[in-house]
Amino acid sequence: MLEVKSLTKRFGGLIAVSEVDLDVAKGEIVSLIGPNGAGKTTLFAIIAGFLKPNEGEVILNNTSITNLKPHKICKQGMVRTFQITQPFATLNTLENIMIGAYANTSNKSLAKSNAERVAEIVGMTSLLYQTADGLTVAARKRLELARALATDPQLLLLDEVMAGLNPTEIDEIVDVIKGIRDTGVTIFLIEHVMKAVVNLSDRTYVLNDGKLIAHGTPNSIASDPAVIEAYLGHGAAETMARGHKT
Amino acid sequence: MKLRLQISFLIALSLLAALLAPFGISSKFQLDVLTLIFFTAYLGQSWNILGGYAGQFSFGGVMFFGTGAYTSSILLNTFGLPPIFGIFAAIFMGALLGLLVGYLSFRSGLRGSYFALITLAFAELLRVLANSVEFTGGGVGLFLTYAPGFYNLQFNSPTGFYYFSLILLVISLVIAMWLERSRFGAQLVAIRENEDAAEALGVDTLKCKIYAIMIMGGMGGAAGTFYAQKYLYIDPPISYSIALSVEMLLVTIVGGMGTVFGPLIGSFVLHAVNEIARHFISTPGLSLIVYGFILIVIISYLPNGLVGLFRKTRKSTEDKDA
Repeated sequence: MLEVKSLTKRFGGLIAVSEVDLDVAKGEIVSLIGPNGAGKTTLFAIIAGFLKPNEGEVILNNTSITNLKPHKICKQGMVRTFQITQPFATLNTLENIMIGAYANTSNKSLAKSNAERVAEIVGMTSLLYQTADGLTVAARKRLELARALATDPQLLLLDEVMAGLNPTEIDEIVDVIKGIRDTGVTIFLIEHVMKAVVNLSDRTYVLNDGKLIAHGTPNSIASDPAVIEAYLGHGAAETMARGHKT
Repeated sequence: MKLRLQISFLIALSLLAALLAPFGISSKFQLDVLTLIFFTAYLGQSWNILGGYAGQFSFGGVMFFGTGAYTSSILLNTFGLPPIFGIFAAIFMGALLGLLVGYLSFRSGLRGSYFALITLAFAELLRVLANSVEFTGGGVGLFLTYAPGFYNLQFNSPTGFYYFSLILLVISLVIAMWLERSRFGAQLVAIRENEDAAEALGVDTLKCKIYAIMIMGGMGGAAGTFYAQKYLYIDPPISYSIALSVEMLLVTIVGGMGTVFGPLIGSFVLHAVNEIARHFISTPGLSLIVYGFILIVIISYLPNGLVGLFRKTRKSTEDKDA
């Protein structure tokens, strides 16, 4: 469904994303992990059209979307959420979600009923008339998800929807995400919460210093020496291996 | 629901009162003040569409007004085109100028104060241009002949212009009400609140902003024709006056940005304050100081405008009910 081919993004002398190749198949939940500053959000921003890559290609459903603007990409069925939540602050939850729903219809009552349906999926029905700037962090994360979902995407890009949530809230949102996948939406997510990554993803990519260093099932990734070194420093894998022996 | 019914009733009543006003008001001066209030509210609403709903502040809103005034006046003086048709040309030219300015500034990503300043620059540029080229009459300006008649959009009594301004006002209110209900309006508000998020959710932000400035431009253009036919004289400082640019944003900010009735309420209050201050204070200049002081008080204590005050009280009574 989504193919990324040797994508490179440079900011001046800094190579934020370097020759990244990855793919996401229909119906999968694929995750992207990596230490802070690895370039995950930059990669997402390029895929969703917010940044232009220096080299490489982004292909959605066999058509190149490399230089399309975000709203066009949204119309093609791929939508992103933001790591730092970006609510329409003075609007209430319903109105926020309706903006997403308006991507497919100009009919107000249809947009409203779609928004209400989505609010139920993410468990925000009781907060429909609360203005967004009064929502808790957890509710804002759900709102990000709800708005994106209301555009009726085939592929959802979720940028750290669990950051800042407590364990109960994480369990809840993991269930919500699984529920969304069961309705046929493909999901590509950035996440730091390993429990959720292992629990959710079919496959995981690991990004470090802008380069993909590993790829596989979440469990195989967790024991990959390159990944351990990326997170814990050079030599860490060796130390850990020795630790296990003795 | 009950509240909505009350508001609709209030609107109907106000409209009826406005329609009957000329029969009750004998003073030409008072009718003229009302005309001016409606006219300013109309211009404020044009600013409100781009500034209040879409969140793109402009300091040069007068450029559409001036361009409209010149368009219909030149068409009348040079080609003898009656202003009843000329006003549509003025609307067209205003919208076209909106397209040009909007495309140039929004496409290059100008936001906030940068956009405000570029509109100011465009208005000033047009003022200097109007001063220097021949077909605008240069610094001398353009005189229009006094020939009352519907085709000329000229009236021999203040009542005619009163109704003219009322029609403009009602049209502007209908546009704002449509924005409140439509997808386009919702998308403009989304752009105001968070442009990146709007773009991510499939809103063509560039197109929406350009449409908004085109509506503003068209409305401003019509206002220009109104002014030219009422005062029968335009020149560059009048047509592209910074004061008018400021007035249209002022009435909207005071009344309440991004609301249907904000510009009208703001226009009423500011004109009332102005007239009252002038009436009671004879020392020259002092009335302006009082006016300025009241303005500061309103803006510092009511950041959401006078409509915001109404909403606040409504909310607290609703809370009490619950």
